[in-house]
Amino acid sequence: MNSAAASAPAIRVEGVRKTFATGGREVVALDGIDLEVADGEFVCLLGPSGCGKSTLLNAVAGFSPPTSGRILAGGREVTSPGPDRAMVFQEYALFPWMTVAENVAFGLEVKGTPAAEIRATVDAWLAKLGLTDFRDRFPKDLSGGMRQRVAIARVLAIDPPVLLMDEPFGALDALTRRNLQDELLRIWSGSGKSVLFVTHGIEESLYLADRVVVMTYRPGAVKEVIPVLLPRPRDPSSSEFGALSRRITALVMEEQARHQRDERGVLAG
Amino acid sequence: MAGRAARLGRAVLVPVVVLVLWEVISRAGVVSALVMPAPSRVVVRWWAYAASGEMLEDAAGSLTRVLGGFAIGAGLALPLGLLMGAKDWVHDLFNPLLQILRPIPPIAFIPLAILWFGLGDPPAFFLIALGAFFPVLVNTIAGVRHVDAIHLRAARNLGAGEWTIFRRVILPSAMPYVLSGMRIGIGVAFIVVIVAEMTAVNRGLGYRILEAREYFWSDKIIAGMITIGLIGLFIDGGMGWVSARMLRWHRGLEG
Repeated sequence: MNSAAASAPAIRVEGVRKTFATGGREVVALDGIDLEVADGEFVCLLGPSGCGKSTLLNAVAGFSPPTSGRILAGGREVTSPGPDRAMVFQEYALFPWMTVAENVAFGLEVKGTPAAEIRATVDAWLAKLGLTDFRDRFPKDLSGGMRQRVAIARVLAIDPPVLLMDEPFGALDALTRRNLQDELLRIWSGSGKSVLFVTHGIEESLYLADRVVVMTYRPGAVKEVIPVLLPRPRDPSSSEFGALSRRITALVMEEQARHQRDERGVLAG
Repeated sequence: MAGRAARLGRAVLVPVVVLVLWEVISRAGVVSALVMPAPSRVVVRWWAYAASGEMLEDAAGSLTRVLGGFAIGAGLALPLGLLMGAKDWVHDLFNPLLQILRPIPPIAFIPLAILWFGLGDPPAFFLIALGAFFPVLVNTIAGVRHVDAIHLRAARNLGAGEWTIFRRVILPSAMPYVLSGMRIGIGVAFIVVIVAEMTAVNRGLGYRILEAREYFWSDKIIAGMITIGLIGLFIDGGMGWVSARMLRWHRGLEG
C-alpha cells in the first residue's frame, strides 16, 4: 500500500445521498451521510428496517453507486465491487454447486493464486472455523450457522482489509448467533481488519462494535454515533452494558415510531 | 417387509390381470389373432426377433440416429441459448424467427426434409436435430435468466470478472434447466426418429413395425413396440442418471 493510502481511513463516506424512483415517486433512501471507519475498527450500522443501512452497505460494497457524494476505500474512490471490501450476506450467498472447500477457494482462484497456496489457505480457514470435516459437503447439507461460517471463511480467505457484513447472523437462532459473534470477534481482534456490520439488533451492536452508528428512518441519515468503550468480552448483563442499551433503545425507538406513523399514513392515504 | 410385499402385490396386480384377460380372449377366438395375437405369441415373436439379430440392428440404427440428431440439435441449441440468455441483443436478433419456427411440430418438416435431403439418414438427422433443438434452447435461455442475483453479486464481490462469472456461476446454475431441457429434447428426438423411420428411412425400429404391418404380422408389430418402449425407458433412465450425477449439489434431487 502506498503512503497516501496508508494514512487514509479504511472507509470514508462523504456526503452520500441516494435516491430511488418507485412508482414515479422519488424516495430519498440516504441523505447526507458522513462516516469514517478507521483501520482495524469495528463499526455497526443500527436502525429500523427501511433506514437505508443496507443501502449504505451496498454503496460501500460498490453494488449501487450513490446518487451524489462519494465513498473512499483506502483512499481510493469506490466505483465497483472489489475483493478489498468483501461482503458477507444475510442469505449466505454460497455457490450451491461448489463444495465447502471450493466455495472458500473461489476468491483465491479468481486472483490466480498458485494451487498449493490455495490449498493451504483453504485448509487453514476451514480449520479456524471448525469446517474441516465438512470440506467436501455441499451447502444444502449444512445448517444455517455452518453455511454462514463457510461464507465468512470464503471472504477471509482472500484477506480483505475491510469486511462488510449485512445482517449476517439475522437468520440464525440465538445460541448459534452468539457463537458466531464470538468467533467473529476472535478472528477480527488483532487482525487489523475493519468491519462495517449492519444489524437491527441493539444487543448485537453493543456486543460487537467499537462504535454504533444509529441511523434515522427515511431518509436514512446518521442520528447519533455512540462509542462503546467496554472491554471485550462484553457481558450483556452488566450495568454499563444495560445503560448503553437503554440509551440506544430510546434512540432506535424514536425512529421506529416514525416508521410506524409512516406506515399508518400509507394505509390511511 | 409385509408392507413392501403388499405394495409389490398391488403394483403387479393390474398388469397381470390385463395380460391374463388378453390371453384368454385371444385364445377363445373372441377377436381374430390376426388383429390381436395372444401375449404368449408376442413374447415368442419378440424372442425370435431378438435372437435373429434383427432387433439389435434395428435398435442400434434407431439409437444412432437419435444420439446423432440429438447431438447436432443440442450442440447448436446450447451455445445459442447461453448467448441469448446472457446477451439481450442476441436474444432480440434471434427470438422472432425462433418463435415463428417453434410451434411447427418437427414432423411437419418431413416433406421438406425429404425434398432437401432425399431418403435415408440425412433427413432423419435433420428432423431429430430439429426436435431436440427447441426444448434445449428454451430451457437454456430460462436457466441463464434465472441465475440468482445474489450469486452474481457474491462472485463480483470476490473479484470475479465477466468470463469467470459466466463459466463458474452462470453455467453451473443454469445446469438444472439445461439438463431438464435435454431430457425433454431426447424424448422428442425419440418420437421423431420413429416417425422419420416410418417415412424417410427404410431401416430401424419405426420402419420394422411398419414393414410388419405389410405382412399382417401383428405379433411382430407389438414385439417392435415393446422394444421401442424399452429403449425409450433406457434413454430416459440414462438421462436421469446423468442428471443426478451432475447435480449432486442440487436440492430436491437426492432422497
